[in-house]
Amino acid sequence: MLRRTLLSLLLAAGLAFTGSASAETKVGFVYVGPIGDHGYSYQHDQGRLAVEKELGVKTSYVESVQEGADAERVIRQLASSGHDIIFTTSFGFMNPTIKVAKQFKKVKFEHATGYKRADNVSTYSARFYEGRTVIGTIAGKMTKSNVVGYIASFPIPEVIRGIDAFTLALRKVNPKATVKVVWVNSWFDPGKEGDAAKALIDQGVDIITQHTDSAAPLQVAEARGVYGFGQASDMSKFAPKAQLTSIVDNWSNYYIDRVKAVMDGTWKSTDSWYGLKQGMVKMAPYGEAVPADVRQLADEVKQSIIDGTLHPFQGPIKNQKGELVVKAGEVISDKDLLGLNWYVEGVEGSIPK
Amino acid sequence: MDVFIPALLTIITAATPLLFAALGEMVTEKSGVLNLGVEGMMVMGAIIAFTTVHFSGSVSLAIVTSILAGAIMATIFALFVLIFHASQVPTGLALTIFGIGLSALLGQDMIGIPYEGIPKIAIPLLSTIPVVGSLFFTQDFLVYLSLAMVLAIHYFLQKTRPGLILRAVGDSHDAAHAMGYSVVKIRFMAILFGGAMCGLGGAYLSLAYSPMWVEQMTAGRGWIALALVVFACWRTGRVLFGAYLFGGISILQLHAQALGIGIPSQVMSMLPYLATIIVLVIISRDVSKIKLNAPASLGKPFHPSR
Repeated sequence: MLRRTLLSLLLAAGLAFTGSASAETKVGFVYVGPIGDHGYSYQHDQGRLAVEKELGVKTSYVESVQEGADAERVIRQLASSGHDIIFTTSFGFMNPTIKVAKQFKKVKFEHATGYKRADNVSTYSARFYEGRTVIGTIAGKMTKSNVVGYIASFPIPEVIRGIDAFTLALRKVNPKATVKVVWVNSWFDPGKEGDAAKALIDQGVDIITQHTDSAAPLQVAEARGVYGFGQASDMSKFAPKAQLTSIVDNWSNYYIDRVKAVMDGTWKSTDSWYGLKQGMVKMAPYGEAVPADVRQLADEVKQSIIDGTLHPFQGPIKNQKGELVVKAGEVISDKDLLGLNWYVEGVEGSIPK
Repeated sequence: MDVFIPALLTIITAATPLLFAALGEMVTEKSGVLNLGVEGMMVMGAIIAFTTVHFSGSVSLAIVTSILAGAIMATIFALFVLIFHASQVPTGLALTIFGIGLSALLGQDMIGIPYEGIPKIAIPLLSTIPVVGSLFFTQDFLVYLSLAMVLAIHYFLQKTRPGLILRAVGDSHDAAHAMGYSVVKIRFMAILFGGAMCGLGGAYLSLAYSPMWVEQMTAGRGWIALALVVFACWRTGRVLFGAYLFGGISILQLHAQALGIGIPSQVMSMLPYLATIIVLVIISRDVSKIKLNAPASLGKPFHPSR
């Protein structure tokens, strides 16, 4: 009698729990850096907040998760605690995401900036390189020393795409300019990023740009009186005079769409690669130092990318050796862009292996 | 070369936090205590200094509070090691983990707050000397302090009686105890001093080196400071050399990359650590010299036998 009561109580409790779980969609986010980086992870979190506001669902996040074994633990924990869709927002979360997705087939996963998919894993990324074309144009017009500095994180195709797009646009308006690259082997290390900026400035660059997540390089630029571009979010409060503009990642629309799809039951594994046109990449307001004619040119470049009349990787493109790799009238395909591993002409140095 | 002077300037900023922490740890180890909590004390110093300067605007207050933060962490360490006779190595490690976590908790709201860094002070006449002036005599207060501490600590340890007693405690705590010196008190002071210096090293990171707060902003510098003490054979002058060598290589690898020198960046990142290992190997060949300088009671808990 007692055992039966206990069992029925347990059953009722179990039903109650599953009932409540299926009623509300739970969304999880995994960030590689702190949301206070005011850069990459911050923008992802803005997307999360937009989802909460627009759809009223419960969201949770884990920040500063290192790519590797720890990531797997965190993703698994989110998957096993009732989350219906989990966004893993860094390239290095790719393998952990696939691994956990195999074990939690009912949970949907969205992996940013990666290339492995499954039935319950989508990938998404932003065409950051379109933003690089715009800032490369501005840099080309505004550099006086004709040497521009690039602080890079890891030699993966995404970063090399950024360097190449930037350099192509830079040299289109200023054929004499070149780009010096320093690799800091980290997405987020303000001390090292700042030192890299100092080293580049000491060697004569007068504009810096970065593919790392902290505002340290811009701080150094502000202190040294050179110009720079913010990364992933508007960093002008760190460098009011130095920031010319910034590439801003806008994940809100995509996140709202995907969570809605889960709620409607229409979610399917997809690969999305959106840019300026779809509003996933935005440009921050111009800094005071940008003159009116440069602003106009940059706006034109931006608009022509949105219209489709300008492709950041359209020919003629020469590689570092001076060989013509892309003919006039051709563009580098998405597939080739995803695996891009060579520098265009105008970038100094070589890609670390 | 045009790049040389600015590069040297950057080397000084990179070396200073290491110098502070290594000097403090050296004094602690000279008294016979191995404090592995350097990293945790540094990062606590960093967050406390940054928070103080943000809310009060006063750099001096920030320096004072960072010293206090390091000292409080050190007091916890001293309590466990000297009073409870806990083993020094795991206690220090625990304190490092504790410091990293606590600083992250305290610093949650401080991430992303900009700060323009502490001002450089130009020493009146000397800073006008053409090359050397801007390099050596136009630095911020903490750099001058770190160099002054090198001299002060060397003088204290080698030329004063209290310094001699401290070294005696480190070499043989039983003999010092037999002589009537309070080993616990002396070690406690040494640990406090070490913690305070680590706090200062951390403060330099968040006030001057990269003026902001991020979690774990020490990025392993505490461990490098620990290695530096051994590297320097517990001699003050060599700690100075080691800190600048290490800081120097870290900066030079970035410059080399910017110059387009074709060595892979990952190898360049390894260089500072590689250099430390190489020097350690060279020093270790002369085992007698190391034995001469290492405090003989380093790491051994003190149990006064009655």
